[in-house]
Amino acid sequence: MEGLPPVSDGIAIELRDVVKRFGEVTAVDNVSMQIRDGEFFSMLGPSGCGKTSTLRMIAGFEFPTSGELLIHGREMGQVPPYKRPVNTVFQSYALFPHMSVERNVAFGLEMKQVPKAEIAPRVAEALEMVRLGSFGERYPRQMSGGQQQRVALARALVNRPEVLLLDEPLGALDQKLRKEMQAELKRLQSLLGITFIFVTHDQEEALTMSDRIAIMNQGKVLQIGSPTEIYERPNCRFVADFIGESNFIDGTVRHVEGNYATIETVEGIKLRGIAPRPVSTGAAATLSLRPEKIRLTPPRENGLNGQASSFPVRVEQIDYIGSDTRIVVRVNDKRTVDVWEQNTLSTLDRDAYWQPGEEAVLSYLPNNGLILTE
Amino acid sequence: MIFFLLPFLIIIVYAFSSRSPTGGVEFTFTLNNFITLFSDPVYLSIFWRSIWMGVVTTVLCALIGYPLALFIVLQPVRWRSILIFLILIPFWTNFLVRIYAWMTILGNNGIVNSTIGFFGFEPVTMLGTQGAVLLGLVYGELPFMVLPIYASIDRFDFRLLEAANDLGASRWQRFVRVMLPLTAPGIAAGSVLVFIPTAGNYIVPALLGGGKVALIGNFLEQQFGSAQNQPLGSAAALLVMLVLTAGVVFYFRVTDEGER
Repeated sequence: MEGLPPVSDGIAIELRDVVKRFGEVTAVDNVSMQIRDGEFFSMLGPSGCGKTSTLRMIAGFEFPTSGELLIHGREMGQVPPYKRPVNTVFQSYALFPHMSVERNVAFGLEMKQVPKAEIAPRVAEALEMVRLGSFGERYPRQMSGGQQQRVALARALVNRPEVLLLDEPLGALDQKLRKEMQAELKRLQSLLGITFIFVTHDQEEALTMSDRIAIMNQGKVLQIGSPTEIYERPNCRFVADFIGESNFIDGTVRHVEGNYATIETVEGIKLRGIAPRPVSTGAAATLSLRPEKIRLTPPRENGLNGQASSFPVRVEQIDYIGSDTRIVVRVNDKRTVDVWEQNTLSTLDRDAYWQPGEEAVLSYLPNNGLILTE
Repeated sequence: MIFFLLPFLIIIVYAFSSRSPTGGVEFTFTLNNFITLFSDPVYLSIFWRSIWMGVVTTVLCALIGYPLALFIVLQPVRWRSILIFLILIPFWTNFLVRIYAWMTILGNNGIVNSTIGFFGFEPVTMLGTQGAVLLGLVYGELPFMVLPIYASIDRFDFRLLEAANDLGASRWQRFVRVMLPLTAPGIAAGSVLVFIPTAGNYIVPALLGGGKVALIGNFLEQQFGSAQNQPLGSAAALLVMLVLTAGVVFYFRVTDEGER
């Protein structure tokens, strides 16, 4: 394993048609993906979506039922974890309670029979890196959750893995510490240039930290892309719904023109949007519209430019939540749409703002509306 | 407290007294009993044999008990309680009766010998050997080893083995470096529970050893009973107690360290 030069095609991990079954349950269903060298790659999805099983297969704790898994071009097949060039930061940290912090961090080096003289400086360096330089003699239970998290990080990174796997590592931390550790992880990743594969169910975490994100559901990878792509151009309803919030308006495709399509709702409202996947006239489709991409204007006043789709609504509910105001507008008996407006200085004057019952026009630019078929 | 202390005090007083010609106790302060114990090679050999048998029994119990306890922990929860239950069942029958049962199994015309005799083998003398005594001791003490080890393995976080695996530890290294140190308190507790009664056991050596493999327990029984030398017996009992106490204190020191 060690000594073989990594294949330098820039791909750290490759999965080809990987399937993992536990008895009758298919945890990972035909997943293929390539994770690039030096990339901060996140796997995001609801619990049970297969993200942790995928990570555990990369670590070697589980073996694929079928398909291939390559680390730097080397087929891993049934290679056990202790022979793989990857290390894991566990959700539970899994620090050895009977060893001091130093001994914990030295463990991996001792197992690989790194010369004794080399171990001490490398341990010190790793602890310094996670800002725990003076904590070497402590025991894990004498440390806070955040500190234990750093020890777990140092224990993995000291081995200089080709890929670092992180299994919801921030799940147990409180909000403030989470933010700190997010920044810390980003800093370490750019400092070391190691590929990080990060499993999380927290979309904000994935969006802020990742170079690319894989969205998973029911064992399948639905979309892989940069945070912007995932948020702005979700390729299916699940992704649009899972990441951020969205209004979904069902209709039938009436008109297709290049990447754009127009759907018509049962009420006869025509809505234009961009279609990330090809659609055909007559097909059922859904318009996905993020609440912050909607403009609300008084009737007969110009909203967005002439390209915009618009329809009349009535303001129903107004919730002030600090940075935003969340407005619910009613289209008709059966349908409401959520609209978020950012609060600027001028909205301090609440009397001049929207009042429940007011008539308004809702408009959006077609390249902010997505026509999705599944 | 008085219930605890009174017999103990009597033993201390007896240990420094001497035997009257009629077999009673004469209260004169003397160290003769201890001198006798240390100078007579027969007594010393009984003492060393007891320690040795205790150690061997403890080690055997640990070697059998640890895998057994691990096996039970790894079963589904439903099966675990059934298996623990099975280990406890023999306790509901008197120990003496169960050892008699072993005599039936191991005797010259016992189950084992008649079975191998059926296949044409010569009968093997088992009763009265050190092996038979060891078998009886291990049989009797094994549950005391299994239960504390089971408790410590049950508390063990198996995810730590995954972490060690991830960090490059082979199966053996994972066991020796992570699992064994973290479950050692169970082995220590089990060892104390097994070793102490073994040293004082007199039923097993008497029945399975046929009196030929005497341990301290048998010696004590003899001194307090047929030999009517209660002072000598008390002195021996006190000595054993001191050795055991020293051993236990040492053990707790060691395990305390391990946990720190």
